[in-house]
Amino acid sequence: MKTNVAILSAGAVSILFILALAIGCTGTAPGGNETPNATTTAPAAGANVLKIATTTSLENTGLLAELERVYENETGMDLQFIAQGTGQSLDTARRGDVDLVLVHAPALEQQFIDEGYGIDPRCIAYNYFIIVGPKEDPAGIKNMSAVEAFRAIYIAGTNKTAGVVFVSRGDNSGTHAQEKALWKEAGYNYTEDILDSGAWYVEAGKGMGDTLILANEKKAYVLTDEGTYLSFADRLSLVPVITESTELMNRYSAIAVNPAKYPGVNAKGAADFINWLISDEGKQLIGDFGKAEFGKPLFVPLYAPECTQPPFNCTCAEPVPTPA
Amino acid sequence: MVNGSPVVEGFIEAINLIVTLNPQVVEITIRSLYVSLTATFFASLVALPLGALIYFYEFRGKHALVSTLQTLYALPTVIVGLIMFLLLSNIGPFGFLRLLYTPGGMIAAQTVLIIPLLMGLTVSALSGIDRDKRYTITALGASRLQTVTTVIAEARFAVMSGVLLGFGRAISEVGAVMIVGGNIRGATRVLTTAIALNTSMANYSMSIALGIILLSVALGVNVVLSLVQRR
Repeated sequence: MKTNVAILSAGAVSILFILALAIGCTGTAPGGNETPNATTTAPAAGANVLKIATTTSLENTGLLAELERVYENETGMDLQFIAQGTGQSLDTARRGDVDLVLVHAPALEQQFIDEGYGIDPRCIAYNYFIIVGPKEDPAGIKNMSAVEAFRAIYIAGTNKTAGVVFVSRGDNSGTHAQEKALWKEAGYNYTEDILDSGAWYVEAGKGMGDTLILANEKKAYVLTDEGTYLSFADRLSLVPVITESTELMNRYSAIAVNPAKYPGVNAKGAADFINWLISDEGKQLIGDFGKAEFGKPLFVPLYAPECTQPPFNCTCAEPVPTPA
Repeated sequence: MVNGSPVVEGFIEAINLIVTLNPQVVEITIRSLYVSLTATFFASLVALPLGALIYFYEFRGKHALVSTLQTLYALPTVIVGLIMFLLLSNIGPFGFLRLLYTPGGMIAAQTVLIIPLLMGLTVSALSGIDRDKRYTITALGASRLQTVTTVIAEARFAVMSGVLLGFGRAISEVGAVMIVGGNIRGATRVLTTAIALNTSMANYSMSIALGIILLSVALGVNVVLSLVQRR
């Protein structure tokens, strides 16, 4: 009988949420246990935990682990990075599930701020997107600008030129947003002209590292941030084809979640972390990251007044106000 | 690592990581066990009594309920993850618990995931007890309570193997913990999500090491399971 089933399942669900409550009270304790060397065993999630939604390109380079190590040693704050695409990160922040975002898609960031969810944006660093591809360069795009190259790849791909494949992130990440912008500049409508236009266009639906590995297997062209490419280069047979193109500037920003929208967020922790990122110490750490391992830094920190001028047009030096 | 066979080299490095008790490997393994054991415990707390209730009480729709439970054995982990994510997200109905991206949230998700399995297996475990035995017990003049306790005592090993299976499903799933836990280093990263991440970062040796541990846990569960079933 339906009612019995309903009663039983209602019972099960209610028991479950009582349990969930119980877990909620105890669930944070083990988190403290797992970091025995932390100076403070966090009494409860809150003031000592800072949740940051960020991009896979930052996670995959290893920069986040380095920032986490140094910052946690200095302050005792527990940084928790959740690596998603930029689109998903901003959405996670819109839901109030994190305290801060570290992302790289200026247009999406502006929208996030305009909607009132994000406050105190500060640009931190930049590098360049690059187009990597097979050494043979079947679409012949070497020495082109990024937009010309996209046009050439599209024409070669839709004409079924042998060996021309383009792998897209396809996950609404910052890199994907950049790719879509390039298709637009090249004169194509992304949803009509590019999507489902043939076997040449492959949507990975994964993070930057995964996408590079996939492109490597398929010997395909792929748009990537330089940092992730350099940190994966020793495992890839793909080579950079287009590296210097001003259209490919890639700027990373930190934005705090507006506590007026979500009073539960760790606003002070977010402000402190942003101020640390834009401090000389934070910038030096970012600027030095990868020098030893890859022979060149993966990120270039932004300093005033350079950051306030084109093509950056952002704020990078003024400290953000720290809430009480 | 690109030279030579990454599989062989990864394997050697993996053994090294395990033998030297690499702190990261140990930490992730302990967290994985903690989350899945706790989830199995809570799920058992809910599912075993409910399963027994279903077996001992006759009601209309019982058959349909058991069939539904059996269908939910194959409950896709990502769907549990998605639903729990929406429920636990800050703007969701249970957002005030602040459980999203915490081990507590992962425990809740795995609990939900394996409850149908444990309930269904409890019903089948009890059904496995000979019906004649049950009637004999009653015929010998046992009270209803005595009948129930005797049947449960008879079925305890079968119930226990159900619980072990539930644990196996919990510790090996990746979909729900990835969505609900967020794979945060040092907070919510467990064996399965760590394998997914390290593979995406091309750290195959780390992935292999964690994979060996996960397989060993599964093997251990199976050994215990077969020991229990032999009794």
